[in-house]
Amino acid sequence: MKDALKYSYFPGCSLKGLGRSYEQSLLPVMRRLGVELVELDDWNCCGATAYMSVDEAQACVLAARNLAIAEKTGPRDLVTPCSACYLVLNKTKHNMADFPEINQTVQHALKSADLTYSGKVPVRHPLDVLINDVGLDVIKEKVVRPLKGLKVAPYYGCQIVRPYATFDDAWNPTTMDRLLTTLGAEVVPYPLKTKCCGGSLTGTVPEAGLRLTYILLKEAVRRGADVIATVCPLCQFNLDGYHDQIDRRWGPARIPTVYFTQLMGLAFGMTPEELGLKSNFVSMKPLPAESTTV
Amino acid sequence: MNTQNKNGEVRIGFYICHCGMNIAGVVDCPSVAQYIAKLPGVVVSRDYKYMCSDPGQELIRQDIREHKLNRVVVASCSPSLHEHTFRNAVESGGLNPFYFQMVNIREHDSWVHTDRAQATAKARALARAAISRVRFHRALETTRAPINPDVLVVGGGISGIHAATTMANAGKKVFLVEREPSIGGQMAKFDKTFPTLDCAACILTPKMSAVRSHKNITLWTYSEVVKVEGYVGNYTVTVKRKPRYVNEDLCVGCLECIQACVFKEPKFADEFNMGLSKRKPIYIPFTQAVPPVVVIDPERCLQVRTGKCKKTCLEACADRQAIDFTQKEELVEIKVGNIIIATGFKLFDAKRIPQYGYGLYPNVITAIELERFVTSSGPTGGEIVMRDGHHPKSVGFILCVGSRDMKTNRWCSRTCCMHSMKLAQLVREHTDADVTVFYMDIRAPGKGYEEFYDKSLKEGIQFVRGRVAEVTDWAMAPEEEGKLVIRVEDTLAGFVRRVPVDMIVLATGMEPQADSQEVRRLFNMSCGSEGWFLEKHPKLAPVSTFTDGVFIAGCCQGPKDIPDSIAQAGAAAAEAMALIDKGYIEQEPNTAYIVEADCSGCKSCIPLCPYTAISLDDATQKAKINEALCKGCGTCVAACPSGSIRQNLFEDEEIFSEIEGVLSYV
Amino acid sequence: MSDPNWQPRIVAFFCNWCTYTAADLAGVSRIKYASNACVIRLMCSGRVDPQFILDALAKGADGVLIGGCHPGDCHYGEGNYKTMRRFQMLRRLLRDMGIEDQRVRLEWISASEGERVKTVINDMVEQVRALGPLNLPQHRAEWDGEMTSSTEPAGQPAEQEAAHA
Repeated sequence: MKDALKYSYFPGCSLKGLGRSYEQSLLPVMRRLGVELVELDDWNCCGATAYMSVDEAQACVLAARNLAIAEKTGPRDLVTPCSACYLVLNKTKHNMADFPEINQTVQHALKSADLTYSGKVPVRHPLDVLINDVGLDVIKEKVVRPLKGLKVAPYYGCQIVRPYATFDDAWNPTTMDRLLTTLGAEVVPYPLKTKCCGGSLTGTVPEAGLRLTYILLKEAVRRGADVIATVCPLCQFNLDGYHDQIDRRWGPARIPTVYFTQLMGLAFGMTPEELGLKSNFVSMKPLPAESTTV
Repeated sequence: MNTQNKNGEVRIGFYICHCGMNIAGVVDCPSVAQYIAKLPGVVVSRDYKYMCSDPGQELIRQDIREHKLNRVVVASCSPSLHEHTFRNAVESGGLNPFYFQMVNIREHDSWVHTDRAQATAKARALARAAISRVRFHRALETTRAPINPDVLVVGGGISGIHAATTMANAGKKVFLVEREPSIGGQMAKFDKTFPTLDCAACILTPKMSAVRSHKNITLWTYSEVVKVEGYVGNYTVTVKRKPRYVNEDLCVGCLECIQACVFKEPKFADEFNMGLSKRKPIYIPFTQAVPPVVVIDPERCLQVRTGKCKKTCLEACADRQAIDFTQKEELVEIKVGNIIIATGFKLFDAKRIPQYGYGLYPNVITAIELERFVTSSGPTGGEIVMRDGHHPKSVGFILCVGSRDMKTNRWCSRTCCMHSMKLAQLVREHTDADVTVFYMDIRAPGKGYEEFYDKSLKEGIQFVRGRVAEVTDWAMAPEEEGKLVIRVEDTLAGFVRRVPVDMIVLATGMEPQADSQEVRRLFNMSCGSEGWFLEKHPKLAPVSTFTDGVFIAGCCQGPKDIPDSIAQAGAAAAEAMALIDKGYIEQEPNTAYIVEADCSGCKSCIPLCPYTAISLDDATQKAKINEALCKGCGTCVAACPSGSIRQNLFEDEEIFSEIEGVLSYV
Repeated sequence: MSDPNWQPRIVAFFCNWCTYTAADLAGVSRIKYASNACVIRLMCSGRVDPQFILDALAKGADGVLIGGCHPGDCHYGEGNYKTMRRFQMLRRLLRDMGIEDQRVRLEWISASEGERVKTVINDMVEQVRALGPLNLPQHRAEWDGEMTSSTEPAGQPAEQEAAHA
């Protein structure tokens, strides 16, 4: 059964750049659970939301190249942690199935690189794999340091549940909630769990984008959370990286934002350094009643 | 072509109707008439503006007399509309009405095709087919079957009650079957009715008592129809009577047994109060229940479930001995001639729209729950309170919850605007709270309804036009702290609003009952695409169904308010009574018959008949058909290997000639 | 014989209670569809004798459409089940005769499915158009001709009775 837990892995640009602590925490956690993630050979940027807004067919070509490479590698599911990559790759799959014109354009382009697309490789999110393939029981076994006393606000962001709510509910997802509870943490009821963080608006139209970020931070603080757990590198960046501006515009709402995989790592007994927790702007306080070197 | 058939020389009159511009706008009627005129056997071929009109029918009658026509073909609209009209015209012209054939060139041609040449060619083909067919028609007589004068009404809400009392007052014997332990339906839950703000119970309970005391009505509550056999005038219905464990004839409704129940405190959600209060396993649905008899919930009562109970209820009822734990489910068979279905609606489950927070935030309630608050005999004694017991200072009404919505239900539920305004007025009256109604459109079409809207505005109720996006509990400003915030685009003002309120009321829409598919199969009805029972014609026959003798009334046919429900109930009663008073039903003579000489007694046909109309005659060892039972489906006709079963009006030679007629036109 | 003006001709047998009513509804709703199908009204799809279908094809129809109520909804209870069975058997026969499946179709259309009448007829017309004319009357005339010409003395090679495409 352990052999079955082998997946192709598409990190995407963020996880090699600003979001590298996501990968830094994801890979060892998965390894401990017996999940093998094999990085795709010669993968390219998925285009994220930007390219899709410019030219949908061409954006699909770009994304489909990765799907074609995944197909060539073997009949394994493709796991992608970044929310934008997850959405774009799934959207490409849908477009390829629903729109013959896009299908034609893409297949034609792929042919020139000796690649084909048949749509057989599913694109999955790590949360999906953890809950449905690995199972919470197996995860619980690996918990050596339960996150007792840690109050976590689970923040899913918008892209992994909309428009495709494949492994969780679009309005009130609970996969991460259940995962955090299994780690021993106290999950804070957080009704804004799928509300937009502002996305790239924090850079382009800050009055609108940062306001959305502020709302999320403020409410998490109000609800008594110690930390926000997120699944997306851009959400993490927005929630972590703009506190000075937010302070100036609206007032303080300081709360650290980490990746759920980092919390998993802590529960599995790894150190903050190993998990890349040092690179946060707003540091997470040490876990209660535990002397981890900070 | 031979113009003779075994009936002698055939003289056909052909009429093509313009139907104003409905047909003539697309089909070249004169040219079709000219073409048909040339066919053998056609003596008269005319085109006319409105064949169904008096002069149009007179044309037919005159031509029959003057030209000695013995066949008539009319090409116009669907036979479902005017076949009867023209058959009558033919009959009054002195010719057997079954020498008539109709051609549908409107619903099946001019209304669905745009190319004039193609539509005209098709009209020619269809007309020619009818001309070929009609020469094989024979004189037939309608048969009559007696009608059982008794009627079954299914559903004891306001519609069922009204239909039942109307017919009972006319001297008919009525069975009223209701699956809940009391009649009254949804209306029994209302406090006041719009637009007069009449007390709902005050106008409903007299009707409910009338049902109980009427000598012509047999009231069976806590019962369901499980089987229906037969056809119009002669239905055999099996009713399942569920055990109350209480003898209806002995119980006087003193409610001492409830007091005495071993459950000292009520523990189970009270369905009548939408779960806002609790009841015991032995209970009466509501104080004015009809029949005023208690009922024991078999899933909650200790005695029924385990057999181990002190049975203090029995003791309390020692002198009347109305409680009877030996009661069993009973199946009763009744015979009726007509059935009226008035099974009502169910409400949309607000949990399906999680954005509105129903089930998540305790102070988000539905309109029917608010009705129970507002009613003086309800769980809060008429006090509108939030879950913490305080009165709300601000209330928001969200309309169109589960209606006019691409994601849930497309239709408009018709009553929500009015009942929301009514509740808004009652909230103002009871609490003086600020009330805001969030709407997409205000629909107030009935008598006095627009004036009711004016009154709402005058009473200071705010109206914000916009579809509410979500209900949240996170605050952006101090005045929002501790409140529910409605986020909505105010489309008239042109910006997005955040409106903080204490309590939110969702106007949930109407839906067909959960078991409407099973019920409609039971009664041989259809459902429309939305799930409501299908009427025979949306304009002209809203209470009839395609099955003769089965009528529908009230919300089971589609969302509507109380006046319209009662109107439909009266209409259905009238239709049923029209049939009963006529005393017989005329059966279309499209029955099957057997040509004995050709029958070999192979018995292939006998198991095919759903009405068991075919049997083997012991004497002749050939099949024989009971014409009274035959409904004219023709299944046996198609199956007979020797062709010895034929069908009146749908003879093989008639169909073959139609096929030829349709294809021979080039 | 590729006549550019050729239009597929389809004979449709519709049951009165469901499919005929659905076609009426399509009319009332002014839904537009191809004019290649002529409807013959029957009380129940159970009345459809396989001979009707064969006769229609023999007389020059390029396709035959049978419309009835959805299984379970037959106005007469079970007529449409009989239709289904007969249709399955007829299908085998038609295949043996070399008549394509798309030419003879059995569809369930309920009284409220006016839109479906349009989709079924349009779809069938296009499929039959792609198959081309069936033209059985012409073939029958040819076969008749072959019969009269092949009344020759015995000993003729068997190849005389050529396979008819």
